[in-house]
Amino acid sequence: MKKLLIALLFSFVSASAFAGSHSPCGVTNGSINILANEFTTYRIFMDEVKSCAGPDADFNVTHSVDHNKLQVAALSANPAEFSAKLVTNGSITPLMNDGLIRPLDDLVAKYGANLNENQKITIDGKIYAVAFMANAQHLWYRESILNDLGIDVPSTYEEVIAAAEKIKAAGVMPNPYAGAFKSGWNLGQEFVNMYLGHGGEFFKSGSAQPNVNNEKGVAALNVIKKLTELSNPDFLTQDTNAVKEEWESGNVALMHVWNSGAASLLDDEGDQAIKADTRLAPSPSVGGGSKPATTLWWDGIGISTNTSDENAEASFRALVGAASSSELANDNPNATVWLIKGYTPGDTAGPVVDAANRGATPYPSFPHMSLMHGALSSELVEFLQGNESAEKALADVEAAYVAKATEQGFL
Amino acid sequence: MDTRIHKYSKQLIIINSIFILFWLTISIFPFIWTLWGSFKVKADFFSRAEWTYALSGFNTLIETGATTTVKAYIESWTEGEFWRASMNTIIVTVSVVSISLFLGTLGAYALSRSTYKYTFYILIAALIFRAMPHITLVSGYLFPFFQLNIWGILPTTIIVLVAINQPFTLWLLYSFFKTVPKELDESALIDGCSYFQAFRYIIMPVMWPGVVTAGLFSMMLAYNDFTVTALLLNQENYTMVPKINAYLGTVEYGGNYMWAVSSVVSATAPLFMIIWFFQRQLISGLTAGAVKG
Amino acid sequence: MPHKTFFWFIFPTGLAMILFIGLPIVSSFFQSLHIETQQVLMEVENCDPFGCQTNVRVDVEATDKLREENPLGRFNGFGTYLDRNHLAFDEIGEAWNSSSSMGEFKDIVLNLPFYKALLFTLTFCFAVTPPVIFLGFIVALSINTLAKIIKGLIVFGTILPMIVTPLIGSLVLFWMIDSQGIIGASIQILFDDPNLSLKASSNLTWITLIIYGIWHNTPFAFVVFYAALQTVPQDPIEAAYIDGASRFQRVRYIVIPHLYPVATFIMLICLMDNFRVFEPIIGFSAEGVAQSLSWMIYQDLRNENKMLFGSAGATSMLTIIGIAILLTPVLIRTWKEFRTER
Repeated sequence: MKKLLIALLFSFVSASAFAGSHSPCGVTNGSINILANEFTTYRIFMDEVKSCAGPDADFNVTHSVDHNKLQVAALSANPAEFSAKLVTNGSITPLMNDGLIRPLDDLVAKYGANLNENQKITIDGKIYAVAFMANAQHLWYRESILNDLGIDVPSTYEEVIAAAEKIKAAGVMPNPYAGAFKSGWNLGQEFVNMYLGHGGEFFKSGSAQPNVNNEKGVAALNVIKKLTELSNPDFLTQDTNAVKEEWESGNVALMHVWNSGAASLLDDEGDQAIKADTRLAPSPSVGGGSKPATTLWWDGIGISTNTSDENAEASFRALVGAASSSELANDNPNATVWLIKGYTPGDTAGPVVDAANRGATPYPSFPHMSLMHGALSSELVEFLQGNESAEKALADVEAAYVAKATEQGFL
Repeated sequence: MDTRIHKYSKQLIIINSIFILFWLTISIFPFIWTLWGSFKVKADFFSRAEWTYALSGFNTLIETGATTTVKAYIESWTEGEFWRASMNTIIVTVSVVSISLFLGTLGAYALSRSTYKYTFYILIAALIFRAMPHITLVSGYLFPFFQLNIWGILPTTIIVLVAINQPFTLWLLYSFFKTVPKELDESALIDGCSYFQAFRYIIMPVMWPGVVTAGLFSMMLAYNDFTVTALLLNQENYTMVPKINAYLGTVEYGGNYMWAVSSVVSATAPLFMIIWFFQRQLISGLTAGAVKG
Repeated sequence: MPHKTFFWFIFPTGLAMILFIGLPIVSSFFQSLHIETQQVLMEVENCDPFGCQTNVRVDVEATDKLREENPLGRFNGFGTYLDRNHLAFDEIGEAWNSSSSMGEFKDIVLNLPFYKALLFTLTFCFAVTPPVIFLGFIVALSINTLAKIIKGLIVFGTILPMIVTPLIGSLVLFWMIDSQGIIGASIQILFDDPNLSLKASSNLTWITLIIYGIWHNTPFAFVVFYAALQTVPQDPIEAAYIDGASRFQRVRYIVIPHLYPVATFIMLICLMDNFRVFEPIIGFSAEGVAQSLSWMIYQDLRNENKMLFGSAGATSMLTIIGIAILLTPVLIRTWKEFRTER
């Protein structure tokens, strides 16, 4: 019975695999196996990669929410399980730390003619990844509510707080602000935004020593605290998805979430009155700083070191074919902000472009940043609940980070 | 036998019925709610505005033109490739249950029939093994599995699930075997059977109910497991639970919640039927075996 | 049974357990005694779509060289066990010296991640296990009195909470207890407090998790009790009935003593499973206010870009020791039984 099932499954898969015989990207031999995160835009991208590789290619992809946990183990093996990995500026560092992705200069020279210069991620003079899309958190607001109360679109967090207080005082809604404050990665991310917005540096220069317990850190925490007071009391359990639910239910007038949420926030499902009233705005600055308090993210292609040159070339050709396809970008203009040449940005790309122009910081790609982020994720909660002071919370963050960094050999 | 002993006073019957009704409401309500909600759109079932929308289908009517919709089911099974996941689940479950029972009955039989001290230590070791958090085990597997090139395929996951489940199966079956009188197989041994023949032809037929019980618990583990399957399988071999989790999406990007909800119902329905089918064996099995700590 | 026969019977299951559980336990233990080799950092220029800047990266060649000399990493003894994220002896000693009152000392200790997690783990374990055994017993007794025809259906309904994967079970429940959800909204009406939110206060979150734990675990206790009830001998019950014992007395003095061994078995499994509580914390997004030891391991292994094996290994070992301590009374009893049987 089992054998029969496997046989059936196999015939089904192979029947669809040998249906045609043409590869638009010129992939002739070598097998392609890609590890990637799981979400819609990546699926759109992968469809393009697959059609680029052609129906004859030995093509596999694993979309996994746990891609970050698999990547180091998977690419350490020789030969590596995956020939390519989709990376971001957050997830590229562990691969760089262990030398698990290869320099791409020769492949880019051969097949990357259609790439924009800024798609090439260069580290120490060598190209290690090719970016194809960008993302950032920014402000969203309800136009009619702001207009009714005569509030201008806020451009600093101080104005955001004032606006939210005004909306609350007018009795329009009890919790007018929302952000992804869920304890864990999200909360850590909010602090990263706000601390960078205040001009903070996470580490003492040139070393892995922590540097968050200072005036800028306290100021950042106090802004977050004020924002949470204007948010739903459940804020510690709300991730991006929950915040979007609140928005679509009309409980919120101002929020700071990912640009990639635009596709679902503006689609034709749910309450259309709210959707028509939803506006995107640049990310605010904070504490008198000039750059917006947000981080920029890119998503790109990395090719495994421990794979044969043949597989690496095949994977690179297929992936770069998609990463330089202006049709892909222009057919799905609102799926994300593409970095692809010839892309005309959709209506929703504005805030990300604006943030980049105003000098927002990319998410820091220090080798030890994820340890810092982890410490921020778990140690800030007590401050937001009012159980301890900002200084104590930041001291806890540093202590937790030091213990982890010592174990990892950074200190 | 005196039958009055099983007669209950009216008060007791009333109190009892009320209690059972109350208990049933608590235990099945969330599933009824999920089943009902799986035919609505997300704006209704997960409404932050008004929970009664989930009953009335307010937004479902606006979006689809009717108060119920099977859109999520159709999409998750076709576009979401849930059919593939359910096929993998069948393969994993059937294999895990059969291998697990085969190994478990052999081991537990030996443990229950040996009088040496080491049997006790083996049982204690099994308990300690059970205390190890699964997540640590699974993370430790990743490097060797990738190196040996056995990551992502179903057989690896099946063996891991079997191994992880062995301590519980051993303990459960051990207590069942303890209740089977030793004289039964001893007489077979005197008649010239080997231990394996005694086990196979004398003990197994009597033990059938115990085996069914242990099988059910293994089946539930294999069917519901998330920790192991999510990290050890590749896309093509995902079973249902990691697939459902994939529908939920990630931090920065929303997923498709209604696919997840309808898949939960799809995934649970056959399980209900199997439990329904085995429910009698489960109870009668436990009865015959009499679990004794 | 001769040693040789015993060996061949136990061999397959023993091999599976040693390979997939025993060896990993040993290897986690060794890893927890080591920390990574020094990572050599170097400054480099990075360019991405948003511009170029100076950054730090790991010098792979230099680090690899160090790693080759010391493949296991640097030996650290029980250093990881004693650091701030685990047993934190230094911090506790300091707190003992610096704090002026017991209350202050307690606050400092419970602010350390390991002790915070231990407090919740133990609270959960001891708040959930007794009600589970009690409720499981009562439900089993009640259902046992029903007519045969409806018994099957009701048994089926009763074990539902155990069947459905906790990942999804808690997701749906989480939505139901939202302040706009059906349970959350009903509770607000019940207590006449429109601002009441089960997710906002840490006490209410703990209570919610405990209730979920009871709900999810009771069916297991029920199934085992129900089965054991069928084995209660009828003769002493009839004798007691003739002697004029009330129903309550018959349950108290005949049925309950008969079920003691089964209750021990349930307690063993329940204590162990509840000590490893983890899934409801994720399902209910309660990381902020409720952390368990298993959650700490999860945090080390899944929430970082790099798995912290040493730290996770240390917490896992501490979990095993914790469970061993919890189960000691039960194990001693089993040992005595085993000895007398021989």
